[in-house]
Amino acid sequence: MQVLFKTRYEDDIHFLAKTGEKIRVGLVVVLLIAAPLFLQKYYLAELGLLLVYAIAGIGLMILTGHTGQVSFGHAAFLGIGAYCHSILISHGVPFSVSVVLTVILSGLIGMVLGRSASKMHGFYLAIATLAFLILVETFLGEWEAVTGGHTGFKVPALKVFGMPLKAVWQQYYLDLFFVFVVVLGASNLFRTPTGRSFLAVRDSELSARSLGVNVEWVKIQSFGVSAAITGLAGVLLAHHLSYLSPEAFGVLESLKLMLMIVVGGLGSILGAIFGAILVSLLPISISFLKDVLPPAIGQQAGLQPLLFGLIIVVFIVFEPQGIYGRWMKLRFFFETFPYYRKSSFVRQKSYLKTERMR
Amino acid sequence: MSEAATLSVRNLSIMFGGVHAVEDVSFDVNPGEVFAIIGPNGAGKSTIFNLISRLYEPSNGSIHYGEHDLLKLPAHKIVKTGIARTFQNIELFEQATVLQNLLVGRHSHTSPNPLTDFAFLPGVKRSELEHRRKVEDVIDLLEIAQYRDERIADLPYGARKNVELARALCAEPSLLLLDEPASGLNNEETDDVGFWLEDIKHDLGVTLVMVEHDMNLVGSIADRVMAINDGRLITIGTPEEVRENAEVQQAYLGVSA
Repeated sequence: MQVLFKTRYEDDIHFLAKTGEKIRVGLVVVLLIAAPLFLQKYYLAELGLLLVYAIAGIGLMILTGHTGQVSFGHAAFLGIGAYCHSILISHGVPFSVSVVLTVILSGLIGMVLGRSASKMHGFYLAIATLAFLILVETFLGEWEAVTGGHTGFKVPALKVFGMPLKAVWQQYYLDLFFVFVVVLGASNLFRTPTGRSFLAVRDSELSARSLGVNVEWVKIQSFGVSAAITGLAGVLLAHHLSYLSPEAFGVLESLKLMLMIVVGGLGSILGAIFGAILVSLLPISISFLKDVLPPAIGQQAGLQPLLFGLIIVVFIVFEPQGIYGRWMKLRFFFETFPYYRKSSFVRQKSYLKTERMR
Repeated sequence: MSEAATLSVRNLSIMFGGVHAVEDVSFDVNPGEVFAIIGPNGAGKSTIFNLISRLYEPSNGSIHYGEHDLLKLPAHKIVKTGIARTFQNIELFEQATVLQNLLVGRHSHTSPNPLTDFAFLPGVKRSELEHRRKVEDVIDLLEIAQYRDERIADLPYGARKNVELARALCAEPSLLLLDEPASGLNNEETDDVGFWLEDIKHDLGVTLVMVEHDMNLVGSIADRVMAINDGRLITIGTPEEVRENAEVQQAYLGVSA
């Protein structure tokens, strides 16, 4: 078992304290950068899409996993991001300016939603965000003059700083760049007062308040940050879809984001990434399965939703902490080998909490 | 650390439905003293704390701390006046580590900005290190170094009590509201709490107001004791005086035949 010997306060602030973590993360970064060298175009495009979903997942994770505010409306921010960006660049706004404006707009809309949701809990919050989603979806469908309505909107070709990025690998690197920015920024957030106030609101609003945290404002901030990041994912997603229609940003898309963070593991950025990997790999593995399975099963309609549902159920029953929880256990197993026992991760008794004051 | 001041509560009342949980209670807590509030279950002790920390809205009365009129402030601004508190049923951030909990305790001394935090600018890092150092002082004082990186959910009860006290201290209060600091602790742990509270009073100069049932602890560290029953004040005096008071004995033991 590796014992960390900390000698400076910086040691508590730095990411990746352990050597193993450094090696693993370094390896992943190198593989991601080198991916275009050994991946076929199709898989590279899929990997790019995976990265986009990882960004969206981190966006939702900050709100739901770290601040404890459920949102079934996050596909709306994907939609707002995708449409706003596409409309702006089709009017000749440069990519870089459009990205910034879109992220700001998504963030502001998120803050407005957060303002109205800041006094709601649980079910009511879930319903309110769902209503917001339906509102946005309807709005995108009806405002035909600008969004093209249900016939769809053609996304202009990708051009960054006047340079057209036509090849798959060029777009992939663009996605990768933003993933690095978002992962680094989100990780930064949680080693600073802002992120800690999010965690505080999630775990106990009561004591957060007594320690000086303005709970309502924190929720508004969290909605804002989360929506801005999801809006950024929307921008990148637009270039993958190349044709936008309001139905693409409906309830199913929201559920997909929710599935990602629940199965990935609530409350960790790594969990959002695990979730994105799962959600992206599933359709590919299903298409493999279809060839292998007897046609009576393989060609059934609805195989994918069925598997999605099944996976959620299995995780909620057997591993509520998601893939991230599994991952932590696996690491613990190797780090403490051979002392790991089944009971190592059995939940400790939780003590009575103050129920009277919410 | 903000200057010690007098906490003065006047004619404080609150009703829950038709029940007077606290009725016309007035008292002063002088800077630097240990003030204990005792009373049977349901007497309104914790309710007084919740009124001071503005989690409840009183129906009548006033609460001043130095020049601050607490009733004019929202709950999250109370800690800025120098009042920190602990809770009867430990309200820690369960999924966070001890260190993170204590750093949230520093929240009132920070001015978080999501944008600079996202970018982790050098200024943010500097202030992080500064807060980290301050937190370490409290960790030293309460001897919780071995739990630093543990998640709260993995800690035993006694350690959680300490961490909650530590978190309140991280706010560098001048007045500390302690809601049953010794409840659920064994004798040895209770003795430790007694010593720490003495240290906090003498070394940090913090005024202590505590709700406590353990009369040995109250007797050994409290300067003055206030006894309440059914939301009404019975008496205020030294621990001995209050213990000898006939009305207090009646409230605890019932009327003698």
